[in-house]
Amino acid sequence: MARTAKVLFDVPEIKKDFPILQRTVRDKPLTYLDSTATSQKPRQVIDAMTDYYSRYNANVHRAIYELGEESTREYEGARERVAAFIGAKDPMEVAYTKSTTESLNLVAYGYALKGKRVQKGDEIIGTVLEHHSNHVPWHFVRDLKGVTLKYVDVDEDGRLKMEQYDDLITKRTKVVTVAQVSNVLGTINDVKEIAKRAHEVGAVCVVDAAQSVPHMPVDVRELDCDFLAFSGHKMLGPTGVGVLYGKKEVLEETEPLLGGGEMISEVHLGTAKWNDVPYKFEGGTPPIAEVIGLGAAVDYLTKLGMPAVRQHEMNVTGYALQELSNVAGLRVYGPKDVRQRGGVVSFTMAKAHPHDIASILDVEGVCIRSGHHCAQPLMDRYDLAATARASFYVYNDLEDVDRLAAALQKVNEVFG
Amino acid sequence: MADLRELYQEVILDHTKNPRNYRTMADATAQADGNNPLCGDRVTVYLKLDGDRIVDASFQGQGCAISKSSASIMTEAVKGKTRAEAEVLFDRFHEMITGKPGAPVDGKALGKLAVFQGVSEFPLRVKCASLAWHTLRSALAEKPGIVTLE
Repeated sequence: MARTAKVLFDVPEIKKDFPILQRTVRDKPLTYLDSTATSQKPRQVIDAMTDYYSRYNANVHRAIYELGEESTREYEGARERVAAFIGAKDPMEVAYTKSTTESLNLVAYGYALKGKRVQKGDEIIGTVLEHHSNHVPWHFVRDLKGVTLKYVDVDEDGRLKMEQYDDLITKRTKVVTVAQVSNVLGTINDVKEIAKRAHEVGAVCVVDAAQSVPHMPVDVRELDCDFLAFSGHKMLGPTGVGVLYGKKEVLEETEPLLGGGEMISEVHLGTAKWNDVPYKFEGGTPPIAEVIGLGAAVDYLTKLGMPAVRQHEMNVTGYALQELSNVAGLRVYGPKDVRQRGGVVSFTMAKAHPHDIASILDVEGVCIRSGHHCAQPLMDRYDLAATARASFYVYNDLEDVDRLAAALQKVNEVFG
Repeated sequence: MADLRELYQEVILDHTKNPRNYRTMADATAQADGNNPLCGDRVTVYLKLDGDRIVDASFQGQGCAISKSSASIMTEAVKGKTRAEAEVLFDRFHEMITGKPGAPVDGKALGKLAVFQGVSEFPLRVKCASLAWHTLRSALAEKPGIVTLE
């Protein structure tokens, strides 16, 4: 890919929407390449939240006055836009949570542990490339219910060994779970095929979409997955709000994680009856401002267009793979073909530990992540203690990649 | 690159590339393991004690330049010291790396350890610089288990 590759949207204009990108770090312009950890927020999102607090702050679904009507309208309006954004047929299939982590815990607890579908001796199939948040909740289920956990391996290029599903999926399989995009390798997994395989034995397919929904078009009906989890803060929205999508019928079979206000229709001292889906999952006062911020983030991404976002990230990632290949001693992990990967590039360098790489880049104003990325089983699989990771989003352009590559040359100078 | 040279001084780079006392110790009288789960750094510190005095110190492990060089320089610094002297040295070292950047440093007391003063400008790297020291203290206290820096 040429340095002059056509950029699909005007990144300098987009950068202007993000107040934080105007600041400097260590007297250098900020080059933010850690959107996989958390994305930056545009003015539109920050303003929507400030507007809520300064003009119509009131609890939702309870207040019988105009402020409450407005807050409820915005809160539910965001639900409709989130549902449309992921192609759900009904906004009632979208439940708000705190995070992807909470969404996945809700499925593990409410569907697998407390629900009736998964029994002792059944099997749950994951993969070695999952984030800890899609490992540990299933450990709980294993330990408390006596199910067996099985894992699909990856090949040397970081792609799932799809043929292993042939042997792993059996009649005892009740849940098949997978990340749509790996937060370390960037691998895009074939969720549609995995969901199909799960359904052949009557299992549900649970998708960790934390790294896919922010970066590419995702249509839950096209994927035909049963559950799909993602976070607001990785898609230009605020922290503190996540989403659990579920098909209406599987949500009906899922028990709530939090008991409290809002999630009930009737409570007596001896009994309680749950509210309808999705409200039975939203116990307590929800993160109202955050949900409204998430709605504004969805509007922002919708305006850019998710196919364009994906194409833009492919361009930037392709350019990064090319530029990084010119840095001596640098090794990139994950698929080589940008069509098979998201905008996540993990790498190691022969002479420098990932922590040192990150520190040297920090001095150059370039923010990347180093460490195990909450994916230690994957690190073990490749016998790595840590990697450095750069990741790209709508506000990154080829110049950001140039600054990254120049800073990596400095790493080699220091450790030369 | 002023800041960078402050952190990655020549002495640090030298100890990263050629760590001193980087070996296991068959006749160690005390040893401890340390790890930093945040970055996956691991270190084992071996000590040979004669009464109250550290007569030999070595380490093994994997880690970044800061943690590796800190372990290397530490083993040199504590050799020949008593437990109490090693503790005092750790306190001074810790005070320096968590102190105000640019604050005066007692170069005489700290010796070569003073090269880690730049760490104070990078608070996220304090754990890297202190991992070996926390592990040393654990070995001196003969506490079982692994030191984990959270």
